Amino acid sequence: MSGSAALLVLADGRFPAGGHAHSGGAEGAVKAGRLRGAGDLEHFCRGRLHTAGLTAAGLAAAAAAGHDPLALDEAADARTPSPALRRTARRLGRQMMRAARATWPSPALDELAAARPKGAHQPVVLGLAARSAGLTPLDAAYAAAYENISGPATAVVRLLSLDPFDATAVLARLAPETEQVAQTAARAADGPVEALPAASAPLLDLVAESHATWPVRLFAS
Amino acid sequence: MHLDHQVTDPERHTHSAPATRADGSRRALRIGLGGPVGSGKTATVAALCRALRDRLSLAVVTNDIYTSEDAAFLLREAVLPPERISAVETGACPHTAIRDDISANLEAVEDLEEAVGPLDLVLVESGGDNLTATFSQGLIDAQIFVIDVAGGDDIPRKGGPGVSTADLLVINKTDLAPYVGSDLEGMARDAKAQRGELPVIFQSLRSEAGVGPVADWAREQLAAWTGGAAPAA
Ligand SMILES: Nc1nc2c(ncn2[C@@H]2O[C@H](COP(=O)(O)OP(=O)(O)OP(=O)(O)O)[C@@H](O)[C@H]2O)c(=O)[nH]1
Ligand SMILES: [Mg+2]
Repeated sequence: MSGSAALLVLADGRFPAGGHAHSGGAEGAVKAGRLRGAGDLEHFCRGRLHTAGLTAAGLAAAAAAGHDPLALDEAADARTPSPALRRTARRLGRQMMRAARATWPSPALDELAAARPKGAHQPVVLGLAARSAGLTPLDAAYAAAYENISGPATAVVRLLSLDPFDATAVLARLAPETEQVAQTAARAADGPVEALPAASAPLLDLVAESHATWPVRLFAS
Repeated sequence: MHLDHQVTDPERHTHSAPATRADGSRRALRIGLGGPVGSGKTATVAALCRALRDRLSLAVVTNDIYTSEDAAFLLREAVLPPERISAVETGACPHTAIRDDISANLEAVEDLEEAVGPLDLVLVESGGDNLTATFSQGLIDAQIFVIDVAGGDDIPRKGGPGVSTADLLVINKTDLAPYVGSDLEGMARDAKAQRGELPVIFQSLRSEAGVGPVADWAREQLAAWTGGAAPAA
């Protein structure tokens, strides 16, 4: 069965799963002066895509492939050194769970929701949602990888009043790399959970920790 | 035209906010307060808490745009114990958090109910926004739109979803009308033209009556929600 239309629903930036309130570390990078325009946005997104994006895509693909979601949730914890980002991932996972159970209800989602009432890691829930929607592991990896860069791009339009055409052009230029990352992640999902991608970006982790303590900020992360 | 003014209809049931708890009892009534920046939403929430907290189990969710000022104000004023106040972050888009993607707000409401429940009433304050910002019916059961006389007396005439469809329109800061030259009768006429039979309350939190009429309205909503008599004032 072709699930392309369901993938569009899942990957739509307006899918009501809480992402709009998060910048994927872009707010911290803007404040630190490292992200000042469309050129920087491309570097930022490329870095995210090949690190946090690849890791998230691997977890999502593995969940869609039918790996045990609780084992994947632990694997996600192990791949997320920043406590602030673990909290964020679980909060967004809970929000994704609510949206997924409303859109593609399934016993597997119900079970994970019961086992992790305060939220499992978002990529795991995303992958399970994809599975419930009849999508493939590769589809889930696409959704996770794309969301990893589309979230910051949207946030930077708000943070810097960046030209929205420039921001969207960045996403388009990164499309071939997004495809590669999704394919790598989907291939890894054929193997054991331990061997899933574990790339991380130390600066994103550090900035997330300090961002979480700011009294005044536009985005939750 | 808004087709569902009977938002406190006991039969109403949505996926996001079923009217009953897991054990079958009726969950807390959720009232949203929206309106432009600075119109008096937080002040009204604070006054409502003071008016209702002795008889009802209350909680508040605030949606600040880039700080937690509103939650901090409510905490400072000690209108409720801190565990009954929760702040949601909205990513620079307050209307998204109350209308297009309500998941964070739903979680805040549910967590409050779990932590300090059972609750009778949850007040959800939106971040200050524009005249089109209304709450999703998946989040709240009834909504109050708060405008003020100093923000321009032509706002009721301009209408928009908030002014024309909210379950209650509060026109706040009437004490300032003489100083800003606002025509209250004109505002009342325009509001009537926009809203038909839907209620409008003119309020000054600086006056004797204060939040009284809005508190009475909230008690009526709660009585209709629980299907019993209004709790005594
Ligand atoms: N004179 C007068 N001032 C009022 C009244 N109600 C509120 N205020 C004042 O108006 C200012 C803004 O009130 P808030 O309650 O913070 O307004 P808000 O709608 O919550 O504002 P945002 O959350 O920033 O959108 C405060 O200084 C209040 O004390 C009133 O009835 N009369
Ligand atoms: Mg306020």
